[in-house]
Amino acid sequence: MSIFGTVVVKRGQYKIKGDFHTITPNMPIRSEDEKWHLVGVTNPRCMTYIHTYGGEAVFFENLSKGRIHGSRCDNPDCEFPGTVYLPFRIHCPDCLQRSTVVDLTEVCKTTATIHTFMVCERSGAFNTLDKPIKFINVEFEGVSTILMSYLSVGDPKIGMRVVPIFQTLEPTYTITDLSWVPEGTPSSKLPKGFTFG
Amino acid sequence: MITFSDRQLKTPKLMRPVYLVTAGQSKFDRAIPEKRTEELCIDALAMAARLIDKTPAELKRYIHSCYYGHFADHFGDQLLGEAVIHDRLGLDPLGNIGIKTGGATGGSTLWEAVKAVASGYSDCVLAMGWERMDEVPTDEGNHLISCAADKDWETPLGHIYTGYYAVMAQKYWQVFGREEESFRRTLAEISVKHHGYARFNPFAQAPMKITVEDVLKSPVVAYPLRALDCCLMSVGAACAIICDEDTAMELTKGTKNKPLRIWVAAGSHTLRPACRRHMEIPLLPHEKADQYADLGERFPGGERYPGFTGFLGARMCTYYGYRMAGIHNPMDDLDVIELHDAFTISDVQSYEDVGLRPYGEGRDYVESGDCYHTNPHTGKPGRLPSNLSGGLIGCMHAVGATGIMQTFEIALHLWNRWAELHGDPDIWKAFNRKKPDDWQDLQVKGAKRGMAISHAGVGSHVTATILMDPDHLLKPDA
Ligand SMILES: [Zn+2]
Repeated sequence: MSIFGTVVVKRGQYKIKGDFHTITPNMPIRSEDEKWHLVGVTNPRCMTYIHTYGGEAVFFENLSKGRIHGSRCDNPDCEFPGTVYLPFRIHCPDCLQRSTVVDLTEVCKTTATIHTFMVCERSGAFNTLDKPIKFINVEFEGVSTILMSYLSVGDPKIGMRVVPIFQTLEPTYTITDLSWVPEGTPSSKLPKGFTFG
Repeated sequence: MITFSDRQLKTPKLMRPVYLVTAGQSKFDRAIPEKRTEELCIDALAMAARLIDKTPAELKRYIHSCYYGHFADHFGDQLLGEAVIHDRLGLDPLGNIGIKTGGATGGSTLWEAVKAVASGYSDCVLAMGWERMDEVPTDEGNHLISCAADKDWETPLGHIYTGYYAVMAQKYWQVFGREEESFRRTLAEISVKHHGYARFNPFAQAPMKITVEDVLKSPVVAYPLRALDCCLMSVGAACAIICDEDTAMELTKGTKNKPLRIWVAAGSHTLRPACRRHMEIPLLPHEKADQYADLGERFPGGERYPGFTGFLGARMCTYYGYRMAGIHNPMDDLDVIELHDAFTISDVQSYEDVGLRPYGEGRDYVESGDCYHTNPHTGKPGRLPSNLSGGLIGCMHAVGATGIMQTFEIALHLWNRWAELHGDPDIWKAFNRKKPDDWQDLQVKGAKRGMAISHAGVGSHVTATILMDPDHLLKPDA
């Protein structure tokens, strides 16, 4: 029985434990149209990438604690100092100076509206969200960019007020830990594992 | 608010005239199990040689360097596929390089090829693009495409790129379409048109005689986009030969291909539509300074630019390209166009970005009948026919090949060879496809100038490839 590969960082190196790939044999592909002659083979594989969040790690760590962090350029020499970004930008795109991490949780809780949305009936492979997925793009007061996320309760509409919910009980440490519900949704309606933070 | 310096907005200039000499393409299909990618590339190169009455070996003698476009190593499961293809084309040890800009890969490959010739580095360049999208199941293919979005912030939300387009579609549809049923029908008309034109193209994989109702009843993928609003997943290859003037003349002497002047300009914009910061609309040569001052009043919700309703990258490539080639108004100066119809809605969005209609009024390009080969309202030639190949919706979207296929299609009109290639019974037969009894010649009569738009993930990269008959230039020193 194989075990999922796990990774920790120790003294600047990735330390790996468990299985990171499983061996599966190639299988022939034959043509029913052409007297079952050989056409090719399947090349199956199961791989796990070791991926760093780098300077964005703070955002994903804090989602699990019910906080939303963004960033702000505080370089007085920047052409546009004070610009606030969510999604998080480690560096200001104008001056490339490292941004200040700012807690936007209250801004998100009090000013979020749906900029646009769509309802997705089909997903790609490896999707973990329930279908239909209600993609929403959320805008906030004082934030220069718009966040892509998903609505967990109700039907989206442009201009609708929404509030964030967080997968605080069993976090995945991915962007799917953050979702949204219409303003005024009671906590009894939240999906399993989610809280208001 | 973001701004740009004059240096950043400088009109590009080629150091010497560059020509498209010939081009070629393979069959396109959802799956081609009987051929390896290299066989498709050889089919394309052999066609390019044949169109100028050469053998592939004779044509290869002229090629000095090679540009290879394919979107994803994942699809063919071959890292550095360009090296494999280069070797199999027998072009070792010439220099070659791979190009990768998502859906715009074909256009970007031409961009690089043109610059290589313009700079004097090469006198003859091969631009070859391909994609192999049949070697994973469709849902895994959708996942791989979605990996072109931001892997941390977007891909996990559905693992499907259509969704990232659909949020833009929704915004455009509600703001500029005013959620009108008539707008939805206009979108469906685009699908009917492109699948319909594909019926006259032996290379095309999705010929269909359908109605607006068929499109409106097709299954929802990501509302408001339905299955028949979406481009195809494809396998296939396309190539072009790009030369300086002397080589172009030598290669085409005594053949039906008149060398065509070619310009390619590129624009880009953030991969995450969410990161689009507000800016002023960059104006095309025929637009006026205050033209969009009241856009938000006329279309409530449409005041944020570029927002989610337009493709700034598409605007930028034509901002540069029109000035480079001397185009004032594309509706007047071009005779035929191929647009990147990834989805019916993105086709409409592009009409505005490239200036066929002002922002907010793209639907009129279809509703007026201007986009048709023959205007359905008047029975006369359409003012600026688009996507006569069938486009990405009807012909194919073998990603790395797409921008080159579109350019080849435009070139065939300028060479007056459209019917020769699309009507050839031997090609229909070789591809095991039935030429329809009501096959129509879609040659745009007397076409002298055309353009192909190649576009990537929600507008992250876009190129404008402009072709002109050298005797009908708009700017003498272009
Ligand atoms: Zn800055």
